[in-house]
Amino acid sequence: MNKLDKIREKVENGETIDFGDARLILRSDNLLEIGEIARSIKIKKTGKKVYFVFNKHINYTNLCVSKCKFCAFYRNGDEPDAYTMEVDEIIEEISKMPKGIKEVHIVGGLHPTKPFSYYIDMVRAIKTNFPLVNVKAFTAVEIDYFSKISGLSYEEVLTELKEAGLDSMPGGGAEVFSDRVRKKLYPNKIGFDKWSAVHAIAHRLGIPTNATLLFGHIETDDEIIDHLFKLRKLQEEHPGFLCFIPLSFHPANTPLEGKIEKVDAVRELKVLALSRIILDNFPHVKAYWVMLSPKIGQIGLHFGADDIDGTIGQERVTHAAGAKSPLGLAKEYMVNLIKNAGFIPVERDALYNEIEVFN
Amino acid sequence: MIEQIYEKVSNFERINKEEGVKLLKESDFLTLGKLANRIRFKKHPERVVTFILDTNINYTNICYVGCSFCAFYRKPHDRDAYTLSISQLVEKIKEAQSKGITTALIQGGLNPELPYEYYLNLVKELSKSTVHVHAFSPPEIDLMSKISGKSVDEVFDDLKDAGLTTMPGGGAEILSERVRKRISPKKISTDRWIEIMEKAHEHGIKTTATMMFGHVETEEDIIEHLDRIRELQDRTGGFTAFIAWDFKKENNELGKVVNRTVTSIDYLKIVAIARIYLDNFDNIQASWASQGKDVGELALHFGANDMGSMLVEENVMREAGFRAQSNVDEIASAIRKAGFKPVLRTTDYKMIKYL
Repeated sequence: MNKLDKIREKVENGETIDFGDARLILRSDNLLEIGEIARSIKIKKTGKKVYFVFNKHINYTNLCVSKCKFCAFYRNGDEPDAYTMEVDEIIEEISKMPKGIKEVHIVGGLHPTKPFSYYIDMVRAIKTNFPLVNVKAFTAVEIDYFSKISGLSYEEVLTELKEAGLDSMPGGGAEVFSDRVRKKLYPNKIGFDKWSAVHAIAHRLGIPTNATLLFGHIETDDEIIDHLFKLRKLQEEHPGFLCFIPLSFHPANTPLEGKIEKVDAVRELKVLALSRIILDNFPHVKAYWVMLSPKIGQIGLHFGADDIDGTIGQERVTHAAGAKSPLGLAKEYMVNLIKNAGFIPVERDALYNEIEVFN
Repeated sequence: MIEQIYEKVSNFERINKEEGVKLLKESDFLTLGKLANRIRFKKHPERVVTFILDTNINYTNICYVGCSFCAFYRKPHDRDAYTLSISQLVEKIKEAQSKGITTALIQGGLNPELPYEYYLNLVKELSKSTVHVHAFSPPEIDLMSKISGKSVDEVFDDLKDAGLTTMPGGGAEILSERVRKRISPKKISTDRWIEIMEKAHEHGIKTTATMMFGHVETEEDIIEHLDRIRELQDRTGGFTAFIAWDFKKENNELGKVVNRTVTSIDYLKIVAIARIYLDNFDNIQASWASQGKDVGELALHFGANDMGSMLVEENVMREAGFRAQSNVDEIASAIRKAGFKPVLRTTDYKMIKYL
């Protein structure tokens, strides 16, 4: 019996793998076996269904006080392409989207001067103008920042946002929960303690959230594995995560360009599969095509992903870093991509309610 | 039952056409890849992936057959029509040699204006360098036979005398008459392609076999193609490798009528089915230029044991809007990341150097 067979057996019996198993997976050359193990968990949870969502990304500002070293998006304020969207501009931007939009995905830089009321107004205006649209807004990093600028606690910030219309939260800003990496690449960003505190409170308040991992820079295998086990434990103690999204790092246009190569497809698929295997208490794992490219995103459906995200109107963060995905792939394209992979495409809303099954 | 076909393949038994079609249509993606891998490791137990440094020289873009999938061909009076003289070709070879390139893949349009001696001189002059001349596909051999009034056997005698020892496997497209009538009606038939390859092999000229898929062909056509070359390989053993390319839609007539786009999964399935069906082929190439570096890397887990070539000049693909630039370090690094050892090889698949 080879080592992966033991892991396969554990997974079949519904056991969670241990740290050593996870190391074996990342170091194994049996790529397709790893895919099969991860896919078996996906099949148990969602069968042959693969979800996509018609959504709209709003990056309200690229000014940011955090200035992380891996980021190609942020500006200091005096550059010609620095921008901040006022609330009415955001509303106008969303109203330009085709009908059928189910979700707005809002993240932005940590703006140096905007008051907390700006964010409350933003959420309220979106909810008022588009009552049927799920407002998925602000990472834990932004929530922590709002707490600082307002003097309110996390709970107070989240409660006010929820009252204004916040429906759910994205999973960004997690990066890698390793203090070693954080000190080197994003020293001004919150660490696991604060990130997890925000998500735990959000879950308690009935705000579902996602979680992410940014990999493919300077992190080690163990730091990836530790990140995933931390999330697994957090979900156990404070359930409320909907989806996990592993994000591969794009070095282009960042200070790390030329110092590290973009992560390769084999590694991307292994990390995706490992995520599905460790996070067996997460309902969904996403192969985010904007980061992975449609080609690898499609293959990712055989490595444990049950979600491929969707059509995106305006997504500035990744494209600033040179992701090559065509902007705004058509819905038909998503359906064909999923069918071609041998799965059943399902259009979903933000909370994974099925809108249309494409049999 | 698909499971019975899985078992047959797993036991290294040959599958027939019907089973091939069923496998291509109904098999599970990862299972297909694992089966292909199983065969790959039986044939090549070492975790080695080979590749070659070569340049692709197209001696003319004038071509009278005008295939609907081709973005490269020109008519004789088109402003950008060209034919390279032997001395221009010698210059290109010298340049390639200076870059450390070991092989030149030389192909061209079917230009009836070129005299028979041109081809013989080409091989003779270029073979004087240290760069290996890997030249001409069956349609070009057919043209040489026509313009010279010589038989294919005589043409191969002459080319061998001039120094030709290997030949690429182009012009095959899909070896099914139904498809050829639609996409390349003026090109040589399937039977003629096979006949010329058989003669080449009889003359001791090793060749590859290619396939261009992703346009109007069905799964049955693909298996028909694989079956024809497998059958010939049984008789001659003269094929060194199989290479599948996916059809590029840009800048050609066929692209306007083909609705589908080849996905990464389509491509990897073709690599895997080729490895499984072509049980008498040693080498299956992963084409980096076809689907990009990432998918090329993944093909190494779907039965491919070779990364093809680093192309220094590749006009046909470039005209179709696809740029594949790469260098040795990049290929070697991708091979390592996929979990294999990169090794440089010759045109006839002899390993030269571990990297």
